[in-house]
Amino acid sequence: MRYFQILKVAYKALGRNKMRSSLTMLGIIIGVAAVIAMLGIGEGAKKMVNSQIASLGDNLLNIFPGSFMSGGMRAGAGTRTSLTEEDAKAIKEKCPAVLRISPVVRTGAQVVAGNLNWGTSIEGYSTDFPLIRSWPLASGTFFTEQDVKGATKVCILGKTVVDNLFAGQDPIGEIIRIKKLPFRVIGVLSSKGQNAFGRDQDDMIVVPYTTAQKKIAGITYINSIIASAVDRTKIDLATKQVTDLLRQRHRILPGQDDDFTVRSQLDIATAAGSTSKIMTILLAAIASISLIVGGIGIMNIMLVSVTERTREIGIRMAVGARGKDILTQFLIESIVLSLIGGIVGILLGVLTSKAISVILRWPIFISVLAIALSFFFSGFVGVFFGFYPARKASNLDPIEALRYE
Amino acid sequence: MDKLISTDHLVKIYKLGDYEIQALRGINLSIEKGEFVAIMGPSGSGKSTLMHILGCLDRPTKGKYFLEEKDISSLDRNSLAGIRNQKIGFVFQSFNLLSRTTALENVELPLLYNSSYSKEKTEKAKKALSMVGLEGRENHYPNKLSGGQQQRVAIARALVNDPAIILADEPTGNLDSITSMEVMEIFQSLNNNGITIILITHEKDIAAYAKRNITFRDGKIVRDEIIPVPKKAKDELLSLPPVENEEEI
Ligand SMILES: Nc1ncnc2c1ncn2[C@@H]1O[C@H](COP(=O)(O)OP(=O)(O)OP(=O)(O)O)[C@@H](O)[C@H]1O
Ligand SMILES: [Mg+2]
Repeated sequence: MRYFQILKVAYKALGRNKMRSSLTMLGIIIGVAAVIAMLGIGEGAKKMVNSQIASLGDNLLNIFPGSFMSGGMRAGAGTRTSLTEEDAKAIKEKCPAVLRISPVVRTGAQVVAGNLNWGTSIEGYSTDFPLIRSWPLASGTFFTEQDVKGATKVCILGKTVVDNLFAGQDPIGEIIRIKKLPFRVIGVLSSKGQNAFGRDQDDMIVVPYTTAQKKIAGITYINSIIASAVDRTKIDLATKQVTDLLRQRHRILPGQDDDFTVRSQLDIATAAGSTSKIMTILLAAIASISLIVGGIGIMNIMLVSVTERTREIGIRMAVGARGKDILTQFLIESIVLSLIGGIVGILLGVLTSKAISVILRWPIFISVLAIALSFFFSGFVGVFFGFYPARKASNLDPIEALRYE
Repeated sequence: MDKLISTDHLVKIYKLGDYEIQALRGINLSIEKGEFVAIMGPSGSGKSTLMHILGCLDRPTKGKYFLEEKDISSLDRNSLAGIRNQKIGFVFQSFNLLSRTTALENVELPLLYNSSYSKEKTEKAKKALSMVGLEGRENHYPNKLSGGQQQRVAIARALVNDPAIILADEPTGNLDSITSMEVMEIFQSLNNNGITIILITHEKDIAAYAKRNITFRDGKIVRDEIIPVPKKAKDELLSLPPVENEEEI
C-alpha cells in the first residue's frame, strides 16, 4: 500500500470527525507552543546575559575583598577593608599578565544641579576605566593622571544622570554638587542600558578614585579592583599572578584562606550561563509535560477510533490487508494528527513569543533548532502514543472484527 | 479438471471456558475449478465456519486444507492475508462496504493491498463495476445505493483481483426475491466465465441456481449432489413482467 494512499485514508478518517480531531490536536498545539515559547524565553535570557557580560569587557578581572565560599557567601566579617591603593599599584607593577588596573571606590550620594537633585551611585576609578570596561565616552573628555593625583573635583556622568539633572541638555562644563561639594562635569558616558540583573548601568557618576576616597566617602581603603588581562587566553594566568601577589602582600600563610577573591568575567559568564540553562531546561521540562498530556489525548482518541472502526478493519483484513498495513494506517493517522498539531503549535508558539517580547519587553530568541526539535518531538509523540492503539488494531482477529457491530 | 480445493478431515473446535463446541467434525471436501457450489444446512451447522477456513480468515483446529494443491492450514497471518488478497473474493450477507467511501473506492480496496500494485487500479475497478452492471455509479456512496446495488458493489470488490474463488455467505439473505435473482444472475455469468463460486444459502430456490449442492448438519456433510440442469436466473428474469423489474430509480 503506497504511502500516498495511506495518507489519503488518514486524511479522510481525520476529516470525518473534524471537531474531535481538532480537540485532540489542541493538546499537542498547546504543548508545542509552550515548548517553543519557553525555549525562546530561556534562549533570549541567555543571549541577553551573555551580551551584557561581553559588554563589560571580556578579559576583565574583578578583585573583591573577603573570600567567597563556594556558595557565594562572603566569609569573615571585617574583611571588607582588606584592599588598598597600594595593592592595586603592586598588581600593576608585578603582574605581567595584567595590562590595566583601576581601584574601585563606590559610594552613594545625593547630587544637585541647579534646582534638580538625584540620588545616584558615585564610582571612583583610575584613568584606565574606559579601556578596562570597554566603555567609551559619548562626549567630553575623561579625567587625567593629574586629576587622580590631585583628587580634583571633576566628574563624568552616566546617561540617566544627565537625563535627570539636565533633562537631556549638554552638561559639559556645568557644575554639580555632590555631597554639597562642587564638581565640574567634563564628560558623559555612552549608554549601556540595563545589566543582566535589571540594574540601570547608566545611573552613576564616575570620579577619580582618589577624589571618591578623600572628598566623598572619607575612607582610606578601596572597595575593589578591576583589571584587564593582556588578552583573553591570559585570564587564568593573570588570576594566579594576582592571587599569589596579594597572598604575599597580605601575609597569608599556606593553608589559610585568602582575604580577597579574584573573579574573571569568564567565571561570571559561565555561572550566569549555567543558571539560565537550568531555567531553560526547567521551563522546557514543564512545557514537555503538556506535550505528553497531549500525546495521551491522541492515544485516547486513537483507541476510540480503533474500536469504532473495528468493522472497517475487519473488511480491510478480509480483502487482504496484513497486520502491518493496518498498523501503518493507524500509526500514520496519529502521526498526521500530532504533526499538524505540531505545526500549528509552532506557529502559535512563535506568535506568543513575539507577543511576550513586545508586551513584556523581554528578549525572545527562537532558534531553528527549537522549531525543528518541536516538530520532530511532536512526530515522536504521534509514533509513541499511536503505537499501542495501532498495534491493537493490527492484532484484531478478522472474523471477530467483521462480526463487530 | 484441476483440483482447486481439497480438505482432509477438517475439524474446528471453539472453546468457551471448559465447554467445547465442535463446529466442524471432519470435513472431506473436494472442489474443482469452475464449479458453482451451494452449501445448505440448518443454522449452527458449521457452514460459515467452513467458509472462514476456506477463505483463509481462520484456521482449522485439526485437519488439512489444500488450495491449488498447496497446504495452507499451517501458514501464518501475513501469508493468509496475501492469499485472501490474491485468490479469494468474499461476499457477505450484510455487504460489508466501507461507508462514506464511494463505490469505486470500495472496489479498489483489495488493490491497495496488492503487492503487484498497478497504476491501472482505477481502470480495473471500473471494469469490475461494469461487469456487475454498475457503470455510472462509481462515485455513489453505499448509503445512496439500494441493497441489490450494494451487494453488486461487494461482488465487484470480490472480483477485482481476479480471484480463484468467490466465497459468498448468504449473499441474498438481505435482498428481496427479484433482487436475489439479479445477484444470482451475476454469479451465474461469472461462473460461466470460469470463476469458481461457493455460496452459502438457506433457500432451496437459491441453491437451485448452483451446479452442486452440499448439505451440512452438525458440522458434517450429510448430502453432496450434482444438479444436472441448474435454473437459469437470466431466463427467469426475462420472463418476469417488466414493471416489477424496475428496481433502479
Ligand atoms: N467465534 C465463535 N466462538 C464460539 N462458537 C462459535 C464461534 N463461531 C461459531 N461458533 C459456533 O459454531 C457453530 C457453527 O457456527 P456457524 O456460524 O458456522 O454456523 P452456520 O451454519 O453458519 O449458521 P447460520 O446459518 O446461522 O449462519 C455454532 O454452534 C456456533 O455457535
Ligand atoms: Mg453462517
